[in-house]
Amino acid sequence: MDLTPLSNADLRTAPLRRDHCTLSDWSSACAALDAGRLTLLALWGEAAAVRMALLDEGARRIGLLTLPAETAFPSVGRHHPPAQRLERAVADLWGLVPAGAPDARPWLGHGAPYPFLPVEGDSLHQVPVGPVHAGIIEPGHFRFTAQGETVVRLEERLGYVHKGIEALMTGAVLARGAELAGRTSGDSCVAYQWAFAQAAEAGLACPAPPRAEHIRAVLAELERLANHLGDIGAICNDAAFAMMLAQCSILREGLLRATATAFGHRMGKDVIAPGGVSRDLTPEGVAAIRAALTAVAARLPRLVALYDGTASLQDRTVGTGRLSPALARQFGAGGFVGRAAGRSFDTRRSLPYGPYAELSFVVPARDEGDVNARVWLRIEEAQASLGLLDQLLSGLPGGPVQSGLVPSGPAEGIGLVEGFRGDVFVHLALGPDGRIARCHLRDPSWFQWPLLEAAIEGNIIADFPLCNKSFNCSYSGHDL
Amino acid sequence: MRKFLLQGLTSRPLIEAAPLPADPAVEELGRALQARLRGGLGRSLTIRAVDAGSCNGCELEIHALANPFYDLERFGLHFAASPRHADVLLVTGPVTRNMAEALRRSYAATPDPKWVVSAGDCARDGGCFAGSPAILGGVGAVVPVDLHIPGCPPSPTALLQGLLALLERAATGA
Repeated sequence: MDLTPLSNADLRTAPLRRDHCTLSDWSSACAALDAGRLTLLALWGEAAAVRMALLDEGARRIGLLTLPAETAFPSVGRHHPPAQRLERAVADLWGLVPAGAPDARPWLGHGAPYPFLPVEGDSLHQVPVGPVHAGIIEPGHFRFTAQGETVVRLEERLGYVHKGIEALMTGAVLARGAELAGRTSGDSCVAYQWAFAQAAEAGLACPAPPRAEHIRAVLAELERLANHLGDIGAICNDAAFAMMLAQCSILREGLLRATATAFGHRMGKDVIAPGGVSRDLTPEGVAAIRAALTAVAARLPRLVALYDGTASLQDRTVGTGRLSPALARQFGAGGFVGRAAGRSFDTRRSLPYGPYAELSFVVPARDEGDVNARVWLRIEEAQASLGLLDQLLSGLPGGPVQSGLVPSGPAEGIGLVEGFRGDVFVHLALGPDGRIARCHLRDPSWFQWPLLEAAIEGNIIADFPLCNKSFNCSYSGHDL
Repeated sequence: MRKFLLQGLTSRPLIEAAPLPADPAVEELGRALQARLRGGLGRSLTIRAVDAGSCNGCELEIHALANPFYDLERFGLHFAASPRHADVLLVTGPVTRNMAEALRRSYAATPDPKWVVSAGDCARDGGCFAGSPAILGGVGAVVPVDLHIPGCPPSPTALLQGLLALLERAATGA
């Protein structure tokens, strides 16, 4: 399908036109998704319409389709399984029924008893886990069907932390929208607030000043580095290798403290706002960040050598929880989940924004798709972030950090930012009064959670925590 | 790995800038906490964390309590895998409609005497999520709360301070 009528450039740079598409456009998009020519970026509902964002990876373009719909729309999921959960969420939140959908069960709505998929076969037993888990993690339910110790099927049930974020957005002023965006998935607050700001700035055709964009990138790379370090440790801890968790958490804590010194918040929350950043980076802040980075750069290689040289740990991670490159590609899996399984997409390189086009960095990629590959991806991305931060801190441009953006409308824009977990997509529509008419936030986890179900198949139940942590999908970002 | 461990044992601590920069505030808090634990509750306090709808920011800081800077366990505080083993339920998030029943059951499964600590601004009254039909409100809307720890998210130091305040209150029978 030709996306030209929908977009002639990266849609993030300018306001969106709101054109309705026809049923035949919608069907040809479904066919293109089915054939693997396009990747599904997002699918969401709004009053009397359903919308779909598509990515043409070859042409590096994003397109948007808007199909008017009163009560129903033709199911995308029947052609393209990655759309199924998104459609079920549309049905729950907007009452728009995906006609012909293979799975009509609710997803985010938990009002009625939930029929899990039937299982038939010899010697099968089921293990229900959650929503309250043994560890300190978010709530979700996992229904394992096992034969002996081997997992035959995992079925996830999510939606437990659905907070109605998109409904709260409607009618809110931009500042309130940014606050909510930063609390959609706490570990990615910077990525969300940047994507939200990007959408607002694109819609209002009012870009943030270069210094603000640089500071945003500093925050984003600090967030990525801190999360990768924390998770490398946590994955090893799930293989009972606690020393790595202790070591990595020391480095992570150092980064959080430096972020607090530089930006007044340990996770850099509420620094990024539409129009720029609320807080400039001072020389003292730069020094604090540099000191933390020096500590990481000095100690990380020793930890990597420890990971690489511990056979008992590798025995748990190599070959475990293997995700096939075909599935990663079909689901458009972002972040280290996709890049560890052959899908080399990174928004910072493929659809650059902010200062990334001017920076040099490698985007690591692997094909094995196992826990080990995901650990290595995180190690290599952490190393890349160290390099990026060095360039960013050395090349901070001068000038203001606020553009003085004035909300007005109607206006629409989208944002796409590479969080540590993958690409965070935001669509924002402002009404005539400059207030939010509709905001959709799509976490990368939407396309990673289903792949966890595939990756665990054939593994033993005892390896699930390891697989789950190596994916580290967001519950809150997904449940909204 | 053996070499790695031996180095840590025989030379200085593994962390090159040894010893860990023990934050005096954390140290003091921890000592006070330990004194209270010895007095009122034997030697330890077991905590069960329940996420009733948080954005996962609070969970990150609760995890940080276990890192070598705060090292919660040296003060006799630990996290349990089940509410049945807990003295304290540490509840985060606004309570979503979809988590309310799970929170009620976790509370019912915790043996008496028990305390509930809500952590995070949204756990007080829904915070920035207040007014959403998908949530029931703060933690207090579903289970009785003994203490609230503010912050978005509360820092590990704030969490320690909160636990201390809880013990003060428990000891005076308030």
